Amino acid sequence: MDLYPLYNSLRIAAISCAVVFFVGIFFAYYVAKLPRVLKGLLDVVLTLPLVLPPTVVGYFLLLLFGPNRVFGAWMASAFHVRLTMVWYSAVFASVVVAFPLMYRTARGAFEAFDPALRASAQTLGLSNTYIFWRIQMPYCRQGILAGTVLSFARALGEYGATSMIAGYTPGRTATISTTVYQLWRTNNDALAFQWVMINVAISFVVLMAVNLLEKRERRGAR
Amino acid sequence: MAVSVDIEKRLGTFHLRIAFDAPDCVHGLLGASGCGKSVTLRCIAGVIRPDRGHIEVNGRVLFDSERHVHLSPQERRVGLLFQNYALFPNMTVEGNLLAALRGEDRRTARAAVSEMLRRFQLEGLERHRPAQLSGGQQQRVALARILLTRPEILMLDEPLSALDSYLRWQTELELAELLESFGGTTLLVTHSREEIRRLCETVTVLDRGRGTGAMPVRELFHAPRTLSACLLSGCKNYSRAEPLDETHVRALDWGAVLTCAAPQTDMQYIAIRAHHITLEDAPGENVIPCRPLRVMEDVFSTIVMAATPGGAADNARLRIELSKEKWARRAERETLYLRLPPESLMLLR
Repeated sequence: MDLYPLYNSLRIAAISCAVVFFVGIFFAYYVAKLPRVLKGLLDVVLTLPLVLPPTVVGYFLLLLFGPNRVFGAWMASAFHVRLTMVWYSAVFASVVVAFPLMYRTARGAFEAFDPALRASAQTLGLSNTYIFWRIQMPYCRQGILAGTVLSFARALGEYGATSMIAGYTPGRTATISTTVYQLWRTNNDALAFQWVMINVAISFVVLMAVNLLEKRERRGAR
Repeated sequence: MAVSVDIEKRLGTFHLRIAFDAPDCVHGLLGASGCGKSVTLRCIAGVIRPDRGHIEVNGRVLFDSERHVHLSPQERRVGLLFQNYALFPNMTVEGNLLAALRGEDRRTARAAVSEMLRRFQLEGLERHRPAQLSGGQQQRVALARILLTRPEILMLDEPLSALDSYLRWQTELELAELLESFGGTTLLVTHSREEIRRLCETVTVLDRGRGTGAMPVRELFHAPRTLSACLLSGCKNYSRAEPLDETHVRALDWGAVLTCAAPQTDMQYIAIRAHHITLEDAPGENVIPCRPLRVMEDVFSTIVMAATPGGAADNARLRIELSKEKWARRAERETLYLRLPPESLMLLR
């Protein structure tokens, strides 16, 4: 059994998760401070990938990154970099699709942050950077952690947009989800089942780890 | 003047306008809840930006809308104790205190922290999280944390209201000691006139977002000049009034003419405290014949509500408070002869 899809899926999910972690928190932090009208509008735009069918997201991505499109063509001529049908194309798809999950959970956590804590830290002379990393982030860690795990799980399970922008090339762009579909389509039921079980096991372990982490934290706080 | 404030701030439909100069002492801001006391402190701390005005501490301008001065809270060197103490929940007691000394040499910081722990009787609690502490302990940690930053002024936002009555007295005693040793200007926000009386030297009264001037605390209780100050000082009996001559005033709501000292022409109200009213046997000067409405037994005294000749509407009634023996020894009669001694009458604008 060729384990390339496992390796490829994990690295795509890990990279997407890391990107979404910072970008999602960045947007959550600054959107929460915006005036109401602008906030509502931006919120809709940023949450859109959550409700759009992944194929629509894939279509938009191809519109931007396709080799004959403006950005894709420019990247190809200037840096000789191909943006579609390579393994990291799936990262673009996963980032866009997983972003709203991180952004929304992080924003909810930030909005629940007691403003008196920030105010008191400021009057104590603490810098805004310190307040964010040492007080606000630990305070909101439950929400941030939940968002990160959901993003990872979503990135790992991404299929629609990935199949459009990265396709299925065994040993190059194959991920677990595209492999399962390909094996099932070619009547290789037994192997498809093995990949299904691998996917279930990974998701199970990730969720288990989060639950254990949360429990230990609660005990530590008491 | 140690602290000089003259600011305006609109928050939705609420409009705050406050101006006062607090001398180098413990200065109280007294007002009912929702009158803008906390907002005022937050404006001084720089956490909320006023729309207009000027804030100065010990000659240093912290905010001036015309000169476009708006120092960040970090630059103001102003200590603010929040109502819920705002301890960082993810840090231990020691971590909370060390955070206040961030950027300083680690060794001296640790020494200063252990000195504070001793001074506030927090030894042994270093490794505890704020959630594991009692309300009084949390407040001591919060105060210690503020004092470590060596603020120029200290601001306390309802420091005792989050505590149960059993802890409150003990904490108030500790607070009084602390305020004495701090020495600098302290602004104390509270809705309790008792706390103002016991802890403060001067006071500003805030009424629905308006607050002007500072007065000695004694004046608030013995000779308030306005009706709102009088009511906030705990006085329950007041009536609209107009001056008649050099020594007489007509109390419109009470339906009586009263003798008093030198009424000013701009007076609008007359008031008297419940425990200054005496019970007489017969009519006489400043005696109002009243009908008892309700008798309530308080812990150490008897409170009687009585209808004046002015009627039984809310401020036409008089509330009197007298010792239980005096009330028990009174002559049983339909009419109560209540005397309002001239020296106890307060003439108000």
